[in-house]
Amino acid sequence: MQRARRSPADRAFRPEGRGLRSLSIATVAAMALALGLVFFYAPLDAEQGFLQKIFYVHVPLAIVALSGFVVAALMAIAHLRTRDARWDMRSYVAIHMSLIFAVATLLTGSIWAKGSWGHWWVWNEPTLVSFLIVFLLYATYQPLRFSIEDPERQARYASVFAITAGAFVPMNFIAVRLSTAYLHPRVLGSTSNLPAKMAFTFAVSLLAMALLYATLCKYELTAKNARAQLRALRRLADRRAGVGEAAQAAAPRRRSAAPSLHAPATMTARAAGRPGA
Amino acid sequence: MNALQLEGLARHYGEREALADVSLSLPEGQTMVVFGSNGAGKTTLLRVLATLLRPHGGSVRVFGSRLPEEAWAVRGRIGLLAHEPLLYRELTARENLRLHARLHGVGLARVDELLELVRMDGRSREPLRTLSRGMVQRVAVARTVLHDPQLLLLDEPHAHLDPAAVETLDALIGAPCGRTRVICSHDPGAGLAEADLVLGLRAGRPALLGAAGELSVAQITGLYR
Amino acid sequence: MRRTVGALLRKELLVELRTLESVPGMSLFAVTTFVVFHFALNRDSVSGDLAAGVLWVTLLFASILGVNRLFVADADQGGFDSFLLAPVDRSALLIAKALALLAYLLVLELVAVPAFALLLLGPSLGQALPGLLAVLLLGDLGVAIIGTLVAALAVRTRARDLLGPLLALPLFVPIVIGGARASSPLLALAHPGDPAARWLITLALYDLLFGLITYGLFDFLLED
Repeated sequence: MQRARRSPADRAFRPEGRGLRSLSIATVAAMALALGLVFFYAPLDAEQGFLQKIFYVHVPLAIVALSGFVVAALMAIAHLRTRDARWDMRSYVAIHMSLIFAVATLLTGSIWAKGSWGHWWVWNEPTLVSFLIVFLLYATYQPLRFSIEDPERQARYASVFAITAGAFVPMNFIAVRLSTAYLHPRVLGSTSNLPAKMAFTFAVSLLAMALLYATLCKYELTAKNARAQLRALRRLADRRAGVGEAAQAAAPRRRSAAPSLHAPATMTARAAGRPGA
Repeated sequence: MNALQLEGLARHYGEREALADVSLSLPEGQTMVVFGSNGAGKTTLLRVLATLLRPHGGSVRVFGSRLPEEAWAVRGRIGLLAHEPLLYRELTARENLRLHARLHGVGLARVDELLELVRMDGRSREPLRTLSRGMVQRVAVARTVLHDPQLLLLDEPHAHLDPAAVETLDALIGAPCGRTRVICSHDPGAGLAEADLVLGLRAGRPALLGAAGELSVAQITGLYR
Repeated sequence: MRRTVGALLRKELLVELRTLESVPGMSLFAVTTFVVFHFALNRDSVSGDLAAGVLWVTLLFASILGVNRLFVADADQGGFDSFLLAPVDRSALLIAKALALLAYLLVLELVAVPAFALLLLGPSLGQALPGLLAVLLLGDLGVAIIGTLVAALAVRTRARDLLGPLLALPLFVPIVIGGARASSPLLALAHPGDPAARWLITLALYDLLFGLITYGLFDFLLED
């Protein structure tokens, strides 16, 4: 039996889940290794003792979250240039995930601050402060999307936001660093001048965190893709069964902040090689 | 070269088709009248032709220029008369038209000429919000033709106008003006009389397309069922 | 281009003069806020860091009122459409709006700074005034640019009055940092000092970078 030729519609819905299993396995392996290193290999810090080990979680979280925001901005640029909705989808997922990682950064940072200084929040740690501002900015991403009904405009405005915010992140860090380093030295530790064992542990932790981020993003993208394909098939089936446009429209979809891959039913019909419904 | 050349024009709104499979050609100087019930896609079609909306599929050529890549070549040669007057309510008719003139590089003297032609010169220095909807429509017509466009896109142009006004404006946007026109209309009889080409839309798709001489009013009213 | 910006700017200022929607509200808000600060801080006069903070926070929040109204007339009355149909460079709208917002901010400060000096400021402004004006101008440029971008983003959404401030405030933080730090020595009790160059450079760079970003992205917000 001949393999069916792939049409544009097929390509649009290519399962993004390819490689998901290998990625997940790699992530679990890296995290296991990182945990092992953190608890049994890395030496105890002279000043802060066991608490310092939060560093191996907090800083990788921070770096991955920030990189995620910047990558999302790049994807948004791709979306604006190509007008391909898939870039918007990827940008949305990247921001979504980075926001979660950012919250985790704030929480671990807070715990570390409480342990080291006795306060749940410190203003003289510029990274933490910058994160708070960045979090507050990106927290408006979802409400912004939700308040625009036209899906194409929603995606476009979201991309403009993602690019602005992505450019803002480094500028904000510099500005905050300027304003705090002026008064107090960094308190929660830096990544430079680490002894070899710590540096190695840190590197592995960073890798594990990055893999975790990539895997979670891929899961979400795959799920969204599958859902979009299901919807398209359902619409095609409706058209076949003769359910009119009016009836389809009568089941209005709830307003959503999440982008959805859309392909009018005719596209899939053509892909199936039959005359459009 | 045709004024309009559309092939398979498609535009969607999320998962809903707003326009699909629209193909037609309109020679220069001719009039196309578009019929269809509310929500059929008439306004969407007009806005795509006006370069305000990008086509999502198919090809659109206005005076030979492809949209949206070459939209810049076509802007300024199109006049759009939409549902909204596209005028600032706090400004006077004169100020609105002068702004339009400056944006389009038209001499300001033409503004006064047009105000006279649409019989609004007497009340041209009052803010638009103090004028009746009919008067605002007259100013809107002036705005539409101020920059001498080659293509007129008219969305129900006689809405809000009394018969005297319709007559006055005929020279500017009616058949005598000689420009290429695309008109959205709800009046099968009058529309058919004016048209060279007729397009009937149903749910975004062309349900009716042909020369006006070959179609009947009954066929057009059939669209609305 | 200059003619287009001129025509649009003229329209902006005409509409504002007729409706008086933005500037009086912003100015009144600023003066009232100073009164609120008096009671909230329980002080008769402020100086140095505190003065800089009160002034900048008040100006920022007042400017948000202007930002919220910036594109409303265009969005509601079809101004976007009529502009998009014109054969002109789309950036002209961005420049015209940013200049208009800058003008509103300058008028706001004409009222707010004397009011501040009268009501809350401890040390007299005399010597520090030129320096303060320079800092304010740099800050205003940034607020005008960011304000225009955020206003265009928020105006055609359902929650336009809410999203505007939420988007603008984090983006304003670096301006607050630069502006307040630069103003603080100017408003000090004893010998008013000069603003540190680094803060002025921070402000100028931020303005420049955001100017470029906004210039590149603005067109995408205008499309339907």
